[in-house]
Amino acid sequence: MLTILFDGIAYGMVLFVLACGLSVTMGLMNFVNLAHGAFAMLGGYIAVLLMQKAGAPFLLTLPAAFMGGAIVGLVLERLLYRPMYGKTHLDQVMFTIGIVFMAVAGADYLMGSSQQIIRLPSWLQGRFEIAGIGIGRYRLFVLCVCGLLAFSLQWGFTKTRFGSRLRASVDDARVARGLGIPVNRLFALTFAIGSGLAGLGGALGIELMGLDPSFPLKFMIYFLVVVTVGGTSTITGPFFAAMLLGVADVAGKYYVPEIGAFIIYVLMVVLLIARPEGLFARARS
Amino acid sequence: MNVRRQVLKSALGLTLAATLGSAALAQDTAKVGLILPMTGPFASTGKQIDAAVKLFLAQNGNTFGGKKIEIILKDDTSNADVTRRLAQELVVNDKVAFLAGFGLTPLALAAAQVATQAKVPEIVMAAATATITEASPYIVRTSFTLPQASEPMADWALKNNIKRVFTVVTDYGPGIDAETSFANKFKAGGGTVESVRVPLRNPDFAPFLQRVADSKPDALFVFVPSGIGAQFMKQYVERGLDKAGIKLIGPGDVVDDDLLEAIGDVALGSITTHHYSAAHDSAANKAFVAAFKAANNGLRPNFMAIGGYDGMRVIAEALKKTNGNTDGDALIAAMKGMSFESPRGPILIDPETRDIVQNIYVRKTEKLNGELFNVEFATIPMVKDPVKAAKK
Amino acid sequence: MTTLHDRVRSSLYGARRWHPVEFIFWALALASFWLFPRHLLLMNEIAILALFALSLDLILGYAGIVSLGHAAFLGLGAYAAGLLAKHGIGDPLIGLLFAMIVSAVAGLLASPLVVKGNDLTRLMVTLGVALILHEVANSWASLTGGADGLQGITITPVLGLFQFDLFGKTAYLYSLSVVFVLFLVARRLVHSPFGLSLRAIRDNVLRASASGVPPSRRLAAIYTIAAAYAGAAGALMAQTTQFVSLDVLDFHRSADVMLVLIIGGPGYLYGGMIGAVVFKFLQDTIAAFTPQYWMFWIGLFLVLFVLKGRSLVHGGIASLLKHFPGLRMRKTP
Repeated sequence: MLTILFDGIAYGMVLFVLACGLSVTMGLMNFVNLAHGAFAMLGGYIAVLLMQKAGAPFLLTLPAAFMGGAIVGLVLERLLYRPMYGKTHLDQVMFTIGIVFMAVAGADYLMGSSQQIIRLPSWLQGRFEIAGIGIGRYRLFVLCVCGLLAFSLQWGFTKTRFGSRLRASVDDARVARGLGIPVNRLFALTFAIGSGLAGLGGALGIELMGLDPSFPLKFMIYFLVVVTVGGTSTITGPFFAAMLLGVADVAGKYYVPEIGAFIIYVLMVVLLIARPEGLFARARS
Repeated sequence: MNVRRQVLKSALGLTLAATLGSAALAQDTAKVGLILPMTGPFASTGKQIDAAVKLFLAQNGNTFGGKKIEIILKDDTSNADVTRRLAQELVVNDKVAFLAGFGLTPLALAAAQVATQAKVPEIVMAAATATITEASPYIVRTSFTLPQASEPMADWALKNNIKRVFTVVTDYGPGIDAETSFANKFKAGGGTVESVRVPLRNPDFAPFLQRVADSKPDALFVFVPSGIGAQFMKQYVERGLDKAGIKLIGPGDVVDDDLLEAIGDVALGSITTHHYSAAHDSAANKAFVAAFKAANNGLRPNFMAIGGYDGMRVIAEALKKTNGNTDGDALIAAMKGMSFESPRGPILIDPETRDIVQNIYVRKTEKLNGELFNVEFATIPMVKDPVKAAKK
Repeated sequence: MTTLHDRVRSSLYGARRWHPVEFIFWALALASFWLFPRHLLLMNEIAILALFALSLDLILGYAGIVSLGHAAFLGLGAYAAGLLAKHGIGDPLIGLLFAMIVSAVAGLLASPLVVKGNDLTRLMVTLGVALILHEVANSWASLTGGADGLQGITITPVLGLFQFDLFGKTAYLYSLSVVFVLFLVARRLVHSPFGLSLRAIRDNVLRASASGVPPSRRLAAIYTIAAAYAGAAGALMAQTTQFVSLDVLDFHRSADVMLVLIIGGPGYLYGGMIGAVVFKFLQDTIAAFTPQYWMFWIGLFLVLFVLKGRSLVHGGIASLLKHFPGLRMRKTP
C-alpha cells in the first residue's frame, strides 16, 4: 500500500519536473507549446548518448541534459517561437505540432526507433525495505532530486527578484513592461529554464517512462493534464496536480487494473468541469 | 482553388508516368507489395523485415520461375485504414502478385478482405494472433502464433516444479492470446494462475509488478510487444522480483534479440519459448546471421527478420512451382504444404490452415563470448497452432 | 429606413448566392472520378476527410469552439455504422443516418462541457473525452473487437444498385454525394439567421447575448450538428472500407483534421475541403518518396506554413476571392 504511494509520488515528481516549464511558459506568454515533450526527449537522448558513446557517469549526464535542453530552448525561442507569440492559439498549436512531428521523425532518423536503455550505476539499482515498505533506490533518488528542484523553484519564484518580476509579468505583462521589467528577456530565460528542466526530466524519466522517438507525442497528454489541472500561475499548482496524477495513475493501475488506463483521463475531465480554471489556480479573467 | 489545380496537375503527371512505367514491365515481373510500419512505435519491426527481404533477394537473385521479383515498399505507419488502402491500391494500380509484410494483427486483418476479393496471396511476416489465417483463404503466415509459442511454456513450467504463475500481458490481441493459451494449458495441468493486463500505451509497469511482488508466485509469465521488453525487464529487476525467486518465463518477445544487448544482464536466466533465436545452432542460421549483420551495420536479426526472410523464400518457391504463373489460387496451392529448412529450423506451411508449423525451442538467456543470447536447450518439434488445432 | 434594412439584408444574405467558382469546384470534384481512375481510393479518403474538416469548420470557423478531440465523433459514427452493418442491417444509407443520430446524441450530451470555459479548457476537455472513448473502445473488445478492429462488416449495395468494388468507384461517388448533400445543408445553415448569430457569438459573446442571442443554447446546437457531421464522416469511412479500427478514435485524427482545416482556412466551408486535398496529397506523395520520414516533411511544412507560407497560400486564395465577391474568407477567431 505505502509502496504504491511511494511509487506514485516518484512518478508524479518526474511528471512535475517535465511539465513545470510548460506551465510557466503557458502562464507567462499565454503560449501553447505542445512541443515541450521534444525538449524532454532531447535531454533523454543527450543522457543516453553521453553514457553509451562517451561512457560518462549517470550523474554527470543530468546537468548535461539540463544544459542541452536549455540551450536548444534558448535558440529556438529566439529563432522560431518569438514570432508566434502574437498569433492565435490555433496557430501556436499547429506550429508546435509541426515541431513535434519533426522532432519525432528526426529522432527516428538519428537514433533509431527502438527504446533507449541506460545502465544505472549499481548504487542506484535494486531496492531496500523500511518497515515493510519496499523502496526502489532509483525512485528514492528521483524523489530527492525532484523534491529539491521543486523547493528551489518555489523559493526562486516567491523569494527572489527574478521570481517577483516573473510573477508580475505573468499577472499582467503590459503593466510589467510599463514598470521597466524586461519581459522579453525574462521570458527567454524562463523558456530556457523550462526547456532545461524538461531535458532533465527526460533524462531522469528514461528508467520510469522509457525513451523512444514517439516520446513527445505519448507524453504530451500527461504534460497538458498537469498544466491544465494545476493552473498556470503558480509552482505549487502543477506540483500538486502532478502528485495527484502520479498517485492516482499508479494506484488505479494497482487496484483496478481493468480500468487503470481510464483514470487519468476521467480525473482530468471531472476536474476541468468542476474547476475550469485549474484546480489550484486563482480565478483569472 | 489554384492549389487544387496544381495538385490535380501534378497528380495527373504522376499517374501518367506510373502507368507508362508499369505497362513496360508488366509481362516478366511479379510485384510484391510489402506493407510495413516503417515509422511509429513499431518501426523496428518494419526495418528488420525490410532488411531481411533485401538480404534474401541479394543472396538468391531476384528471378524465380522466370519472373523478376519487384518489391514495392509502403509505410502504413501502423495504421489499419492506411494498410487497407495501400493493399487495395497495390492490387488495383500496381497489379501486385503478392501482398506481404503486416507488422501487427489489426493491420493484417485490415488487408484480409482485399486479399480475398482480389484473390492475391497475403504473406503475413510478423503479426501473431492465432485467428489471422482464418480471415481469408489467401493468407499464409511465415512468422508464428502466440499460442504456438506460449503453450509449450506451460508444459515446461509444470515439469519444472512451477505451481503458481502470475501472467502480465499487454492488453491487445496477441497478449490476450498468449495469456489465455498459457493459462488454459497450465490450469489443465494443475497449476494456478493470476492475471493482469497492461494497457498498450502504458508508460510505467511499477503498479503491475507490485501486484506480482505482493502475490509472490513461483514464476512471472510475461508478454509485451517487441520493443518495450527492455523497460519491463529493468523494472522487474528494480522491484527485486528476481531476488524474491520469481522466475521470468514467457514467449520470446520480451527478450527480443534486437534488444537483448541493450536490456543487459538483467535478462540473464530468463526462460522463454520461441521459434527463433539468433543463437540457433545450425550452419544455415550462422550464415544468415553473419550475412544479415554484414548488410546492416552489425544489427542482429530477430524473429521479425526471420519471418520476412522465410516469407520471401515462400514467395520465391511458390513462383518456381507455378513456373511464373501469378494466379492467386495457383500460388496459394503451391504454398500449401511447402516445407524447407529455414535458419530457424524446419518449417512447414500447414496445408489445411495455411499457418506455419515449426519447432518451438525452450531457451535460457545466457552470455556467450561477452554477448547475451537466448540459448536453446530443448526442442518441441513441429508445433501446430493449438487454437486452430483445437477447433477441429 | 427600408433602404438601410435592404442594405443590411443584402450584405448579410449576399453570400448565400452561389458563385461560379463554387460550381467549378464541385464539377472538378466530380470530374476527378474520370480523370484519376487510379486514385479513387485516395480521393475517397480525401472526400471523407473533407467532410470531417467541414464538421470541425462548423464549430471552429463559425462558432469559435476549438477542439483537440473531434475524432471522438468520427469514431462513434464509424463504430455505430460498422456495428449496425455487422448485425445484419447493411444498408449504407440507414447506417449513415444511424451513425449521425448516435453522434448527434453524444454531441448533445458533451456540449455542456465545451460551451463554458476558455480555449485551453476546451482543448483539454475535448481531448480527454476522445481519449476516454478510445479507451472504452479498446477495453470493450466483445463489442468493438478492441485493438484488432471490428471485423465482419458487410455493406449491401447503395440503394440496392451499386455494389462497393475494389477500385473504389462506388465508394468515391457515394462519399462525394453524401459530402455534397451535407455541404448544401451546412451552406444553408451558416447563411441562415442561426449561422449569423453563431458568428456574433464567436466575435463577441457579451454583445451577442446583449442583443438577445442565447450563447449556450446556440453553441450546444451547432456542436450537436457538427457531431452529426463527424459521425457521417465516420460512417462513410466504415462503410467504404468495410472495416473499423481503433485508430478512428486516435489522437492523431483530431490533430490531423485541425491541421487540415487550418491549412485551408476556417470560416468559409471550403477551407476543410481544400485543406483535405492538400494534406492527403502531401502525405501520399511524401510517403511514396520517403516512406520512413514523411512525418518530418509534414512537420516542416506545418512550421513553415505557420511562419511564412500561410500569408502566401491564404493571400493567394484571398486575392483570388477578391475577384469573386460573394465568397468571403474569415479570419481565425
